[in-house]
Amino acid sequence: MADNCDAPFTLNCPVPISHQDFVTLAHGGGGRMMHALLDRVVIPAFGNQPLESRHDGAVMNIDKGRLAFTTDSYVVHPLFFPGGDIGTLAVTGTVNDLAMCGARPLWLSAGFILEEGLPIATLERVVASMARTAKAAKVNIVTGDTKVVDRGKGDGLFVNTAGIGIVEHNLVIAPTSVRPGDAILLSGDVGRHGVAIMAVREGLQFETTIETDCAPLADPVLALLAAGIEVHCLRDLTRGGLATTLIEIAESSRLHLGISERGIAVEENVCGACEILGLDPLYLANEGRFVTFVPAAQADRALQILRAHPVSATATRIGAVSESPAALVTLQSRIGTKRILDMHSGEQLPRIC
Amino acid sequence: MKFVDEYRDQAKAEAMAQSIARITTKPWSIMEVCGGQTHSIVKYGIDELLPKEITLLHGPGCPVCVTPLELIDKALQIAARPEVIFCSFGDMLRVPGSGGDLFSVKAKGADVRIVYSPLDALKLARDNPGRQIVFFAVGFETTAPANAMAVFQAHAQKIPNFSVLVSHVLVPPAIEAILSAPDNRTQGFLAAGHVCTVMGFEEYLPLAKRFHVPIVVTGFEPVDILQGILLCVEQLEQGRAEVTNQYARSVQREGNRPAQALMAKVFRVVARKWRGVGEIPNSGFALQGEFTAYDAEARFGVAGYHVDEDSECIAGQVLRGVKKPQECPAFGKRCTPDRPLGATMVSSEGACAAYYQYRRHQQTSQTSLAAGKRS
Repeated sequence: MADNCDAPFTLNCPVPISHQDFVTLAHGGGGRMMHALLDRVVIPAFGNQPLESRHDGAVMNIDKGRLAFTTDSYVVHPLFFPGGDIGTLAVTGTVNDLAMCGARPLWLSAGFILEEGLPIATLERVVASMARTAKAAKVNIVTGDTKVVDRGKGDGLFVNTAGIGIVEHNLVIAPTSVRPGDAILLSGDVGRHGVAIMAVREGLQFETTIETDCAPLADPVLALLAAGIEVHCLRDLTRGGLATTLIEIAESSRLHLGISERGIAVEENVCGACEILGLDPLYLANEGRFVTFVPAAQADRALQILRAHPVSATATRIGAVSESPAALVTLQSRIGTKRILDMHSGEQLPRIC
Repeated sequence: MKFVDEYRDQAKAEAMAQSIARITTKPWSIMEVCGGQTHSIVKYGIDELLPKEITLLHGPGCPVCVTPLELIDKALQIAARPEVIFCSFGDMLRVPGSGGDLFSVKAKGADVRIVYSPLDALKLARDNPGRQIVFFAVGFETTAPANAMAVFQAHAQKIPNFSVLVSHVLVPPAIEAILSAPDNRTQGFLAAGHVCTVMGFEEYLPLAKRFHVPIVVTGFEPVDILQGILLCVEQLEQGRAEVTNQYARSVQREGNRPAQALMAKVFRVVARKWRGVGEIPNSGFALQGEFTAYDAEARFGVAGYHVDEDSECIAGQVLRGVKKPQECPAFGKRCTPDRPLGATMVSSEGACAAYYQYRRHQQTSQTSLAAGKRS
């Protein structure tokens, strides 16, 4: 007090701190702080007319046609990993789900669940990634929501995105459309996302950094459709990897999918990590890879189209569909023997030795 | 990838399989000891390449599978304590104890973590001085040196909040028990390459001589395993019973001496219970001397706990090569990887899990697979 004795006498009411570096419960309270957060961080990043109207929802114009609609929640830990973050995943995941319906992705919603104490800078980074990825995927984030939960009741940041796309063709793209004789095309190497996440999460160090394959996939899909390829089924390889995806399609279509291990590329560093940890790359997660089922007669042209896009530049034909044994996936191993691919019980667990 | 691709080469594998077929004149039963080899055999369908005279028996070399029920129960009890961070290799988390598994204890609030090395657990102990860090030290001679090193380091660095729940078992006493059993079917062994990388293969010489059985130290890739079988069949056909080393790129006769010295310092050899098999004398490790201070069983008062094992599970007979997984009435019905009755259905190295994953559909698909085979 002695130092301040010459200071003029003033009365100050303690006003709430309006600018924080961390998310507080007040950011979720629906008041000034929440609006400030939206104004400062979210809306400028995604800026577009429907979002800026700040209505409870976005009203969009469409031409006649069919819509595709999907939603997904993102809870990845850690939030940032080599080649991407939860924001890139939240946009590509939903965009890719629309693309796998053969739809042109147009609009996304973004719902954030923020944990009290999250640095605002982290949110800004994630939002910037989402904006960048949305631009690359040619979609707008037109509506959203933000909630804040008590510290300890979230893992920093969860994101939910829902997406709407427009279907501009008359095909039924689904496992039920798969036919015996169809060629199975794979858009690139597998396993990178799964190993990238595991390496960061578990502090594993390899000679080179393995980056996620996370990427939007609508461009090559729309190019196939525009070229008149009769696409029977599309599926992006997410959790469970290539093997689980194919098993799901075999079970829904009640057909046999025969694939060859030789056609499936696994990057050398991913392969090395799998050898060390006892993991099977066919079951590792991907975020920028998909399989396409097309009539055999169109397979070469479809491959040519896929290879013209950077995200599917190394697409290969990995197998074919036949009648029996029904509802099974068989893999011809590199030593020429055949085995059945079966679904794993849960996540792959690293082996003891 | 070097050291992998050349051992998964179709032409080499086929040439090796043809050599085996050429020299085989009688039926032979050969046991691969290690679960890693079992996994490779079933994954690559190596037995499909063999002449019908050769039967592969799947041995007791999966550490997850032979860890006794009561030790899993002890792990569950320790893990459930609020002061404990319980660390384990990944595939132990799904092994069922009497009342759930480590995953279910974790879901109820226990702090259970997957680590890739016991030294990671030691680091956790350094970083969390207020918590008790317990590492589940499971495995054969392969994992024993790293686990011994963790205890040795804890002692050297005076880290009092670290301890290990030891469930170490040894291969040679298991081979002896299998060969001594009256219902033994095994005529030759593929010894586990990684175990021998640590231990060398001198301790197998008296076994081969005493039981007149060939023992081939073998690697884990398809071409390794086929070559191991070829070397074993050669001996069987010629009436020889020697120890030979197929896995020379990794295994030396005397093994890894510094690793052995560290193990001898930290551990002593004791009788151990094997799940489904029972107690085998001199078949495992326990901490000794000053290192007993790091024994989690003593620290958390679970040393006297005993439990009987489920009688329906025939894992013991599977692990001794007396029965194949699909001969169990519960296989694929009451016992699946989602609801395992025994540990052989849990680890990907376990014979039952490997059969479930790769062979479950064999009946339905036999026709078309046979048509496509070796085409």
